[in-house]
Amino acid sequence: MMAKPKPPAPQISAYPDHHVITRPNPLRHAMRYADDTHADDPVARAEQALADLSHQFGGWMTAECGRLIAAHAAVLASGFTPAARDELFRAAHDIKGDAATFGYAAAAAAAASLCRVIEHAPDLAAVPADLIAHHVQAIAAIVREQTDDVRRIAVAETLSTRLREVADDYLRAVNRDRPEHLEAIRAPSIAPRD
Amino acid sequence: MYRIDFNKLRFLVCDDNPHMRRILRTLLHSFGAREVYEAEDGATALEMFGHYAPDIVITDWAMPIFDGLELAQMIRQPEANGNPYAPILMLTGHSEKRRVTLARDAGVTEFLAKPVSAKALYQRIVSVVVNPRPFIKTKTYFGPDRRRNVNNAYIGPERRSGDSAETMQQPSLMDKARIAG
Repeated sequence: MMAKPKPPAPQISAYPDHHVITRPNPLRHAMRYADDTHADDPVARAEQALADLSHQFGGWMTAECGRLIAAHAAVLASGFTPAARDELFRAAHDIKGDAATFGYAAAAAAAASLCRVIEHAPDLAAVPADLIAHHVQAIAAIVREQTDDVRRIAVAETLSTRLREVADDYLRAVNRDRPEHLEAIRAPSIAPRD
Repeated sequence: MYRIDFNKLRFLVCDDNPHMRRILRTLLHSFGAREVYEAEDGATALEMFGHYAPDIVITDWAMPIFDGLELAQMIRQPEANGNPYAPILMLTGHSEKRRVTLARDAGVTEFLAKPVSAKALYQRIVSVVVNPRPFIKTKTYFGPDRRRNVNNAYIGPERRSGDSAETMQQPSLMDKARIAG
């Protein structure tokens, strides 16, 4: 572990109800000025490293799907216990976050829809079992049938879009008396798009 | 333009998902970082934070038992032994605006919604290294200034009063040593 420079002393401006603390930049030692012609491109290097890793993405997604299917099976066996609910949510949430990076954008969209159902349904035990099962099955199918064929990609996108529409219809109906959830359901996503 | 010598920075990555940790490690090493420490939950990350004193923390939000939001709140303890000013990047699958607000109010420096890209991560790291924000301490908040822009058209309630300030220069460790000597 390399030795670190001592942190510089802060300057504190005291106001009646708050302090503003300004410090000389403690990470200044890692900055250097370079002209635009500098040949190094760390972003391109990182993108290439990700591309070199991409042969593993299929296996990773299969593992993530296996976890989701197991979490769903636990819910079917024991109902929405807090532990089962949390594990189903985390499994779907991980796919929502990871799948697009791994090249499975339609699976990410379907997982995002499933997360919304788990997060905003007032009573998970009352959610139609098919609504959750169809999300899980769709994610598994999209991952299993991963393809470069644009027509099949379009089918996967249509499937995840339709799931989202059905899920949102359900969530709007069951949250009609819960304005804070309705607002969250209607709010646009801030997730970056391609 | 400024460039960052990543090999002079120490990172702590906290994510319960091993695949995402691998992605982040790959990205950071490709940027040039050598010191990347990894934790799979918030409690381990907090322990590593105290031990390794990272320059930058990158954390997921949703993790079992002790999540990324709680980790941020624990780091932002002004009286804590560790560095409460360390930049915290929240990298999460949560993609709702209210989550951004919650993270901001926990003292998170930058919020980055997944899917992660090399460019977005690089830009956030450059931002926290080149343009560190002042810290604000109130009765209920300690963290980077949440006001990124000056909005002269703002007409809502003010959380802080803007009376004249009394400025105090904290003595450096060297000055304290001289006084003690």
